[in-house]
Amino acid sequence: MSLLVENKSAVTQNLMEQLQKHASKIAFIPDEEIVSAIRVLEEKGVPNNKHEEYKYCNIESYLRREFKTLEQTFNTVSNADIAPFKLDEAINIVVLNGTYNEDLSEKIIVKGITIKTLNEVDAKEKALIASQAKSSSDALIALNSAFTNKGLYLQIDRANVIPMPIHVIYVNSNKANALVNSRNFIYAQANSEATIVESFVNIGSSKVFSNYVSEKFLEENAKLNCFTIQNEGSLSYSVNTNQVKVSKYANYSNSTFTLSGELVRNNHNVELASTDCEAHLNGLFVTNGTQLVDNHTLIDHQMPNCQSNELYKGIAKDKSTGVFNGKIYVRKDAQKTNAYQSSKNILLSDDATINTKPQLEIYADDVKCSHGTSTGKVDEEALFYLKARGIGDTSARKLLLQAFAQELIDKIEIESLQARVLNLFEKSL
Amino acid sequence: MISIKNLKASIGEKEILRGINLEVKAGEVHAIMGPNGSGKSTLSSVLAGREDYDVTDGEVIFNGKNLLDMSPEDRAREGLFLAFQYPVEIPGVSNINFLRTAVNEIRAYHGQEEMSAKDFLALVKEKQKLVELDSKLANRSVNEGFSGGEKKRNEIFQMAMLQPKLSILDETDSGLDIDALRIVANGVNKLKSKDNATIVITHYQRLLDYIVPDFVHILYKGRIVKSGGKELALELEAKGYDEIKKEFEIAE
Repeated sequence: MSLLVENKSAVTQNLMEQLQKHASKIAFIPDEEIVSAIRVLEEKGVPNNKHEEYKYCNIESYLRREFKTLEQTFNTVSNADIAPFKLDEAINIVVLNGTYNEDLSEKIIVKGITIKTLNEVDAKEKALIASQAKSSSDALIALNSAFTNKGLYLQIDRANVIPMPIHVIYVNSNKANALVNSRNFIYAQANSEATIVESFVNIGSSKVFSNYVSEKFLEENAKLNCFTIQNEGSLSYSVNTNQVKVSKYANYSNSTFTLSGELVRNNHNVELASTDCEAHLNGLFVTNGTQLVDNHTLIDHQMPNCQSNELYKGIAKDKSTGVFNGKIYVRKDAQKTNAYQSSKNILLSDDATINTKPQLEIYADDVKCSHGTSTGKVDEEALFYLKARGIGDTSARKLLLQAFAQELIDKIEIESLQARVLNLFEKSL
Repeated sequence: MISIKNLKASIGEKEILRGINLEVKAGEVHAIMGPNGSGKSTLSSVLAGREDYDVTDGEVIFNGKNLLDMSPEDRAREGLFLAFQYPVEIPGVSNINFLRTAVNEIRAYHGQEEMSAKDFLALVKEKQKLVELDSKLANRSVNEGFSGGEKKRNEIFQMAMLQPKLSILDETDSGLDIDALRIVANGVNKLKSKDNATIVITHYQRLLDYIVPDFVHILYKGRIVKSGGKELALELEAKGYDEIKKEFEIAE
C-alpha cells in the first residue's frame, strides 16, 4: 500500500513519510487500527477549522506553522528536574516525552497496581488497547495510534482499593520543536478504587505539540477519581483525548484544571456502557494573552439508570478564547437517564471570547436532562460591596474570581494538590 | 464630620437629588426620613460612591477631604461605612476572609501593619457578641443563605469590625422583626461614641425608638424639606407622609 497520495496537504504528506519509518515500533496497537489510522490521515488529514468539531481550533494550521520537522531531540532529564512536580502524598510515575520512564518513577510500594509500558502488554491486555480510542473517530487519535511508542499501561488490580493517589507526571523536554504522541491505558478492574492525578508539564526549550490519548476502562463497580492538571506553559500546544468506558455500578470522575498552554484542546468522551453507572466531569480554565482552551465533552448514555454531571467554568482575559462544547447523547435504551450540565464563564476583557454550546441529543423518552450556560462579567454588585468595605479593585476582583473557581478547586481532596492548583490559579489571574 | 452642600445627582436624564444640604458633626445621630422614591437610597449610594449615579452639582467634604473625588474603597478607608439595605450575597468568599482583607487594606492605607491572625480572631470574637452573630455565620460565605435578620446583623458586625467614623444605615430596619431590630439597634448604640457619627435612613419611625436621633430630616423629592429634633419623627408617624406631600406639593 502506498502511504503517499497526491493532493494531500503538506502536513499530511510529511506525517505519512514519517509514519513509514515509525510503523514497525508500535506492536501494541492492533494492525487493523494502524491501517485505519493511516487511512484516516490519508483521507481526512489533520483537522482544520472547516471541521465541525474543530471549528475554533485549527490543528492543521498549528502543525503547519510550528511543527514541520518532526525530528525529536530532547534534553536529558534528572530526578531533580522532576522533583518540583511531585506530590508528597502520592506515588509519582513519570512519562517522559511520551514514554513511561521507570528510572524517574517511584517504586510502587502498595499492592494492587500493575504498571509497565504498553509494549509489554500480554495478548489479553492487547485486546483492550485501541478498543475505545478508534482512529476512525478522530484524526488526532489516528495520529497518536500511528506514532506513539512505549506509553503507560496502568492497572488497578481487581478488588483493590489503592490507599494513596497515583500521580502520573507527563514531562516534555524537547530541544527543537517536536510532536509528542503520548498514550496510556488505565484499567480499573472490577471492584477496584483509585485516585489518579495526571499532571502535564513542559521543561523543554522549544515548542511542543503534545498529542495525548488515554483510554480509561472501568470494570464493574470500579471507581476512578481523576484529576488532570494542565500547566505546560506558553511553548506548549496540546490535544488531550480521553476515551472512557464505564461498566455497571462503576463511577468515573474527572476534574480538569487548565492553567497554562498556548493551545489546549481537551476531548473528554465517556461511554456509560452499562446500567447503573455514573460519570462526573468538571473543568476550570483561565486563559491569558492569545491562549485558546477548547473543552469538548461527550457523554454517551447507552443504557438505563445512569447519571452524569458536568460543571465547567472558565475565565478569559486579554485576547484569549475559551470554548466549552458539551454533548450529551441519550440513546433510546437509556431510559431513566439523569444528566446535568452547567457551563459558567467570566470575560475579563472586551477582546476575550467564550464560545459555549450545550448539545443534547435525546432518543429516550423517560429521562431527566438539564443544561445551563452563562457568560458574563464580574458581578458588579458584589464588586461594589467589597469596595465599600475598603477592599481595592484588584483585591476585590481576585476575591470574586477565586470564589467563582472555589467550588471546583474544592473538589481536589488531596491537600497539597489543592494548594498547588490554588496557587497556580491565583498566579494566572 | 461631613458637610454636604447643594448635592445634585441623577440617573440618566432623571434628577433624583435636587440640592441636598446636610451637616453632621462627630457624636451626632441624624435620621433621614421620607416616602418611597424621595431619594433616600440614592443619597446613601452617592455618598458611598456607587457609579450608577452622576453627581451633577454640589460638594461633600468628609473630614476635610473632598469625598466625591475618592473611589468607593478610599471612602471606606477614610472611615465611611454604608450598611446596605440589601446586603449582597457572595458565594465562595468567606465572611472571615473578606473581613480580614478589608481590615488589612484599611490598615495598609493608613500605613499600619497587617493585623496578626490572633488579634484578628480575638476582634472577631469580641464583635460577634455585640450583634449576637452565630460564630458559624462568620465562617460561611458572605451573606449566602443568611436570613434577612442575619444579613442586617452581619452589616452591623462589619461596622463593628471596621470601626468607621461615619456610618450610614440604609433602611437597616426593613425586613427585621422586633427582636432582630432590638439586637441591631443595640449593636449600633454600643458602637456610638463622641468621635463617630451615624446617619439613619428609614421610612418608619420604629427604628428611632431604639436608635434615638439628635436630628431628624425629612427628604422629599430630592430635597430636605424639613428638619427638627426627634419629635419630628413622631409627628410624621402621627400625620403620615401625605401631610408632607400636600404641604410641599403646594409649595412647588
